[in-house]
Amino acid sequence: MSDAVSDTKKTPLTFIHQSLGAKMVEFAGFLMPVSYGSILDEHRAVRERAGIFDVSHMGEFLVTGPRAREFVNEVITNDCSKLAPGALQYSVMCREDGTTVDDLLVFVLGEERVLLVVNAANIDKDFDHVCTFDKHGVKVENVSDSWALLAVQGPMTREILKACPIFRSVKAQLDETAYYKGFSFAYEGDEVLVSRTGYTGELGFEIFIPPPHAPVFWERIVEAGSSHGIIPIGLGARDTLRFEASYCLYGHELDDTTSPLEAGLNWAVKLNKPSFRGIEALRREKEAGSPRTLVGLDLEGRNIARPGYRVIKDGADAGKVTSGAFSPTLQKSLCMALIDRGAKDASTEYKIVIREKQAAAGVTALPFYKSRAK
Amino acid sequence: MSFENVRFTKNHEWVRFEQGSDVATVGITDFASGELGDVVFVEFPRVGQKVKAGEPMGTIEAVKTVADLFAPVSGVVEEANTALNDEPSLVSESPFDQGWLVKLKLSDRAELDKLMKKSEYDKLVGKD
Repeated sequence: MSDAVSDTKKTPLTFIHQSLGAKMVEFAGFLMPVSYGSILDEHRAVRERAGIFDVSHMGEFLVTGPRAREFVNEVITNDCSKLAPGALQYSVMCREDGTTVDDLLVFVLGEERVLLVVNAANIDKDFDHVCTFDKHGVKVENVSDSWALLAVQGPMTREILKACPIFRSVKAQLDETAYYKGFSFAYEGDEVLVSRTGYTGELGFEIFIPPPHAPVFWERIVEAGSSHGIIPIGLGARDTLRFEASYCLYGHELDDTTSPLEAGLNWAVKLNKPSFRGIEALRREKEAGSPRTLVGLDLEGRNIARPGYRVIKDGADAGKVTSGAFSPTLQKSLCMALIDRGAKDASTEYKIVIREKQAAAGVTALPFYKSRAK
Repeated sequence: MSFENVRFTKNHEWVRFEQGSDVATVGITDFASGELGDVVFVEFPRVGQKVKAGEPMGTIEAVKTVADLFAPVSGVVEEANTALNDEPSLVSESPFDQGWLVKLKLSDRAELDKLMKKSEYDKLVGKD
């Protein structure tokens, strides 16, 4: 463990997590906090009040040039051609065969400037992939080390940021910014980006900060939020929160063998676009029906269905669990699973093999949890 | 809390016994509960079930992981701490007291002598 840790990258906030006594792990090559105390307490804080996350490990690519949006639109399955500056979009990028390279956020910063936000574990793979496209004069840069990223999530988020001196000049924008919209402002002459996005299913903002300023942003937001009960949140609760909101996590619901249609991301795959990488394969898949389908399952009992556990139907394999948890908010054991087509058509009842036992599991709608306001 | 009548296993269970009684209480240590993180469910052995020292007798589901619960000594399950069904967090909050797991009727008291005393266990987990 100590060897692995010595090779890992740090974020501009690692020293703060360590000073808070967080349990640190290596994740996607970064030394990251799993939790600062109790994962369940952190989970509840975000559902009921607010939490602050260091997600600076996420990768960013900057695409610039007159045809920036056209270029991105060829890479992604969603359609960013009509997005105005200040708009964001969730998307996926695929290979020619329709398998998923990564899921990502597209942030249109200007007419000729688009930021792609990708998963930390996939930064190198994604950048190589993006570089296989015809550039048409655009410039594509891996700017992952130029941005620290904070997520502030929970129902009190807006009040907290408005009470924070750093955001004094943009209070109105915090009020007016709609879900999946963003804005930028200058802090000590440097550009800061704010988007109303997140990975928790709650109201929240993500804040892209030049790394030298990240510690002061963290400290000021925590100060402003202390009376609202804000606490720092680690990757443990980030996972249980995104799981309840039923967001895909690359490496679980999505991976190099999964298509976005299998993962239920049809809404982010625009097959009526003139073209994008993988469109032919995905059109064929839609026509023929996906080989697998992502479903939500509600388990009998309180054992947790962990990733990779077998899902069976009438004694035969029907699929595999992709993520599972005892939902802190809903107080039941839930999982997402990729179910083979034949089995899916036949049934809404399955069994999950949990060690030597089998737990009954019924299909339940996704998302498991939906907040009143995001 | 006195640990004079408590013995420990390398699997991080503790067993508390009393003079003149053949029923012992079993739990996991603070070290183990710290490593596991938030416990969300304990799957107990049945009351009346025979368990054998060193063999799994239940499971502990935590948010991030699942762990086997090993029987520290052989015996018959007398009672399970059903308070944990409503409040599994007691395993993390009070591992040596309210977060106890099962009571076992010992079948061989001499097995206790093979287990570690507190000072030995502390050495094992690097606490001394």
